[in-house]
Amino acid sequence: MAEFRLPKNSRVKKGQHYKAETSGQLTTVKVYRWSPDDDQNPRTDTYEVDLDNCGPMVLDALIKIKDEMDSTVTFRRSCREGICGSCAMNINGTNTLACTTSIKQFKGKEIAIYPLPHLEVIKDLVPDLTHFYAQYASIKPWMQTDSVPLPDKERLQSIEDREKLDGLYECILCACCQTSCPSYWWNGDRYLGPAVLLQSYRWLADSRDEYTGERLEDLEDPFKVYRCHTIMNCANTCPKGLNPGKAIGEIKKMIAQRHAL
Amino acid sequence: MTQENQKIKTGNYEIIEHKFDAIVVGAGGAGLRATMGLATKGLSTACISKVFPTRSHTVAAQGGMSASLGNMGEDDWRWHMYDTIKGSDWLGDQDAIEYMCREAVPSVVELEHYGVPFSRTEEGKIYQRPFGGMTTNYGEGTAQRTCAAADRTGHAILHTLYQQSLKHDASFFIEYFAIDLVMEGGECKGVLAWNLADGTLHLFRGQAVILATGGYGRAYFSCTSAHTCTGDGNAMVLRAGLPLQDMEFVQFHPTGIYGAGCLITEGVRGEGGFLTNSKGERFMERYAPNAKDLASRDVVSRSMTIEIREGRGVGGENDHIHLNLQHLGAEVINKRLPGIAESAEIFAGVDVDKEPIPVLPTVHYNMGGIPTNYHGEVVNKVGDDPDQVVPGLFAIGEAACVSVHGANRLGSNSLLDLIVFGRAVADRCAAIIKPGAKHSELSQGVMDKSLANLDQTRHAQGSIKTADLRLEMQKIMQNNAAVFRTGEVLEEGCQKIAVTAAKINDINVTDNSMIWNTDLVETLELQNLMIQAKVTMFSAENRKESRGAHAREDFPDRNDDQWMKHTLAYIDDKGEVTFEYRPVHMYTLTDECEVIPPKPRVY
Repeated sequence: MAEFRLPKNSRVKKGQHYKAETSGQLTTVKVYRWSPDDDQNPRTDTYEVDLDNCGPMVLDALIKIKDEMDSTVTFRRSCREGICGSCAMNINGTNTLACTTSIKQFKGKEIAIYPLPHLEVIKDLVPDLTHFYAQYASIKPWMQTDSVPLPDKERLQSIEDREKLDGLYECILCACCQTSCPSYWWNGDRYLGPAVLLQSYRWLADSRDEYTGERLEDLEDPFKVYRCHTIMNCANTCPKGLNPGKAIGEIKKMIAQRHAL
Repeated sequence: MTQENQKIKTGNYEIIEHKFDAIVVGAGGAGLRATMGLATKGLSTACISKVFPTRSHTVAAQGGMSASLGNMGEDDWRWHMYDTIKGSDWLGDQDAIEYMCREAVPSVVELEHYGVPFSRTEEGKIYQRPFGGMTTNYGEGTAQRTCAAADRTGHAILHTLYQQSLKHDASFFIEYFAIDLVMEGGECKGVLAWNLADGTLHLFRGQAVILATGGYGRAYFSCTSAHTCTGDGNAMVLRAGLPLQDMEFVQFHPTGIYGAGCLITEGVRGEGGFLTNSKGERFMERYAPNAKDLASRDVVSRSMTIEIREGRGVGGENDHIHLNLQHLGAEVINKRLPGIAESAEIFAGVDVDKEPIPVLPTVHYNMGGIPTNYHGEVVNKVGDDPDQVVPGLFAIGEAACVSVHGANRLGSNSLLDLIVFGRAVADRCAAIIKPGAKHSELSQGVMDKSLANLDQTRHAQGSIKTADLRLEMQKIMQNNAAVFRTGEVLEEGCQKIAVTAAKINDINVTDNSMIWNTDLVETLELQNLMIQAKVTMFSAENRKESRGAHAREDFPDRNDDQWMKHTLAYIDDKGEVTFEYRPVHMYTLTDECEVIPPKPRVY
């Protein structure tokens, strides 16, 4: 039988163990480490974190580790309230935001933290999101119209039409869904992925946008949309409770209806 | 397009040079509005940001953006102007305030045209909610002036502005950390920045350098600000020998979540929520009989602090206040306040349909910053001229002190400030810069000091950890420059912060890589925070009156005779703080409105 293993230089080794300096209720946090500055393999370092002197969220634990135990641990973070999308990472197997993931839910069991999967790693928990951002730009995520609005008045939109954007516009571009999708792992070069398609649909659903036809045409391609096989990891993992899978379904419906005309 | 890149070798470091017409530092609301405006006007523009644009802290603004559209009842920009001047406790410059309130209407309409998903009225217009200090008819009634996209207005605006910047093909340099301004002969020539992804250093030359780097909330222990709010632009200005203005004015938002510090929008009170103490009493009725819970933020924060001090706080230690919105009903909450319902559940474990949210006044906004005129041009006092422009240097947004907020900013005037002055600076640059103009030669060694500091800090082997020293500074600011201040506490604060600031020379950095070295980033940010913290404390000690957010118990009254003036604070290489003053602009731009003379500020 064929054996599948990671190439030698990608195998994750066991790293250092850092003991807690205080003696409260301890939990073990395992963190993926990789440095671009040497040719060492990636490793996982283990930190004992004293929960009695730590904030409630996984991000608090990471900050405590960086502040008190090992200042070289590298991760993105900013708002710490789940709105900026910086601290997206894989925590015990789930892509999510470290700042809104409570430590308590793991009931004292080890917490293993890895970067978002299937992206190139720049350093430790910092993945390269360049391709994701380029895909986002590729769908022209801005309002496109031919009609010229009155310069001193807003375009009108009914409450019902505005409601159609709920569940779409709230996306924070954290890439949790994008990198949880097996189709995206396989065809990420050409499949746009759930986060980007959710934003495609955000503009298709906006009553003010006048380029629905062009947008749908741009999406019609064997890869951009149709690599979605409704696996629905995206909806399961979204830290904001959005449902990209459903939005992709709506896009497919719009394309089908356009052909039926 | 960028002119050809050149490499400059300086000591241990090689620097890649880029030439643009304009450089924007920061990609929050102000930075992006400037970037897209400059790009639209045909200037080659680079926007440098230490975070991806939609991660900037504008994303966390909740309640809305003020503009007297009059969609929900009669309104007038002059009423908005009056409210803003009163809110500023007469420290705001009235020409700039006139400009902001007048330009608010076209600015917000433009945003709608760009695609911001504003909430709507029955007629399909932009929905507007009441906010603190916003009145009709010069203080008579309650205005509904704050344009909202549910309680995610900042997110909606920031994402839309990034989308517009993509549309207009602006050049972004993302996850570049700005190190210092490049100044020569009193003019700004560019910015030195560090690309975190590959460790390279870059010199961005521009005819205009626009600082849109936000506030420095992280100088305090408990704040609503993001970890990245370290006021890097403010610090670069101080290091360039230029002053910061009105740094003593730090806004405490009445409703940060107790413990976590996360923001709960004033929009909750705008939609009918109210504060209660341990007796279940709606205490704001006593402090602000007319405006009640919608009084100005400084007034509400002081009232809450007094309630807690007098033993009427809630919770086991009687040390916080309750924010009630249970009575609003699930429909209003789902429609208008879904984001804060989520935050309250995650960070306070509270179901807002059933229980109040535990809240506490929390550092939120810096009224002070880089002094500018209403075009966004940085000004300095030189000789008898209090408004002398620093050529090539601009500042907008929370980093700037125009001053439209004076001693206290009204809620929803911040998003407005970002957009109006982001737009204004683009207009100004288009008027004074010739696209593609040749850049002057720089003399040897203009960046030596900045590079030496980078190198020294990167290899710093002192005895104090960055995180420990940061905490020490934050605790001093929290204890000694709080909601209420006295001379004694502030003097102690000055001594303490001076001792702490001096320890920065004994810092220890473990990571000395150039690639994504966040240990070094945090240390450089701490250098930035530290000088701002020091200047804030010294400015607060210096101002011997109470005005807006600066409440001195030893000088409880506003003293217009001596103190109706802007503080300019400078800091030299040795850490010595000195002061100058600029007069408040008590004049308007046009004769379409009148100067509002000072009077007692009652809500």
